[in-house]
Amino acid sequence: MRRVGIVSAGQTKFTKDDSSIESLLVSSVKPLFDESKDLSQKDIDVVLTSTNSNQKYLANIVSELSGISPRIAHSVESLCNSGTNCIVSAFSYIASGLADVALVVGAEKTDSPGLVLDWDVSRGQYKHPIYWSSLFTSSHMRKYGTTLEDLAYVSAKNHVNGRANPFSYFDRSYSFEDVMASKKLTDNVRLLDCSMPCNGSASILLASEDVANKFKEKPVWITGIGQKSISAGFTKNSDLSSMQSTSIAASDAFSMARCSPREIDVAEVHDAFSICEIMALEDLGLAERGRGAKIVRDLYETGSRKVNPRGGLIGTGHPLGATGIAQTIEAYRQICGESGKRQIDGARTALVHNMSAAATSSTVMVLRS
Amino acid sequence: MNRFEKELKEGNFVCGECPNCKNIVWPPSEYCSACLGGVIWRGASRSGTLIEYSRKNGEWFGMAEFEGKIRILGTIMSDNEPRVGQKLRLEKCGYDEGERFLFNVVGN
Ligand SMILES: [Zn+2]
Repeated sequence: MRRVGIVSAGQTKFTKDDSSIESLLVSSVKPLFDESKDLSQKDIDVVLTSTNSNQKYLANIVSELSGISPRIAHSVESLCNSGTNCIVSAFSYIASGLADVALVVGAEKTDSPGLVLDWDVSRGQYKHPIYWSSLFTSSHMRKYGTTLEDLAYVSAKNHVNGRANPFSYFDRSYSFEDVMASKKLTDNVRLLDCSMPCNGSASILLASEDVANKFKEKPVWITGIGQKSISAGFTKNSDLSSMQSTSIAASDAFSMARCSPREIDVAEVHDAFSICEIMALEDLGLAERGRGAKIVRDLYETGSRKVNPRGGLIGTGHPLGATGIAQTIEAYRQICGESGKRQIDGARTALVHNMSAAATSSTVMVLRS
Repeated sequence: MNRFEKELKEGNFVCGECPNCKNIVWPPSEYCSACLGGVIWRGASRSGTLIEYSRKNGEWFGMAEFEGKIRILGTIMSDNEPRVGQKLRLEKCGYDEGERFLFNVVGN
């Protein structure tokens, strides 16, 4: 298997502007080319698109609009972790030798059909994601004594981090007090505990070890990948105080990367709701069971950006198909030392965690300099 | 529309069971998830157990389990706070712009 590196990336600001999915997708391809002076359209032999849009043939449309004639072009859809699934598909084409350079382009619109999984009859009338999030929260609170304050620290921290991210949807900050006082959607989920759907686009370029140096002096290598799907329906989660798919994906990713959670300098975790970041830290092995909330509070109080330096989903917005790619771009930039005000000194090893539909599936990647 | 949804529209709560491996197939499907053979539809037990709950606008909702396998989210008709492990009864089910399930608390 050949090594696969990340060699370029492009993003545009998350918004709620009126825009077509095709135009959104192409918008982040331009900045990617801008920062890769040695990249030409002819170099790209795979174009994959990540979105839950109902529009068809998007990878071919993006290719044509970008002047690329790839050998392989298709879409990848897996609700909220479409982005990392798309990166993993591109990784596989390159690692196997079928391709050398792959462009992965993700985008979503605010009114995405991927926001609610209508198929899941077991959710009854409680199909909206706030309900599974509320039941996860109840369960974690009962088992570990997690409080509404603990949840508010997740959101407040990620909003603080998001303020240093020029691509964030938000143009104002939300404090701990704002989160505590925000509208109650259920007894334990408030409006500011939720990530917000928005328009967004993010693109990333992967290349084989044979050609990566042509585009980037020091590529960032994808050294570990773990993916697990335990089900599609929410009610198949056997324990609601943890995310089984995340634990399994993390264990596989660490094993492939031959590294341990202790070596992670920076982590992008899927905070679809406040409770998800606390559970993810525990399931990824970045916190002991029941200690996730304590870690978040420490990060908040010390101003550490180690977890979700980009601002997470809560602090920047959640355009489903772009999210996993934007997370991976942050990990890439941190390792390259290109994160500006968000830079974590000396970051060498990063983790990306992206999941879907009440954690019924998860992707975890380990990136290294 | 599968049989589950058809029956639900009539207010019936059914499940598919595999005649081969006795697997109760959930989520509902015409095919057994273990052996992929056809299922036989039958009425499902309406006696369940509360797995987890929360509240929205003063109304309790939660996840209940039936026949040790079938888990669904529904509204819990109770003035008092329910508790995990509590016995519930599926009082009503139906379809109104989506599936609806209504649980009653049994005893205390
Ligand atoms: Zn069977």
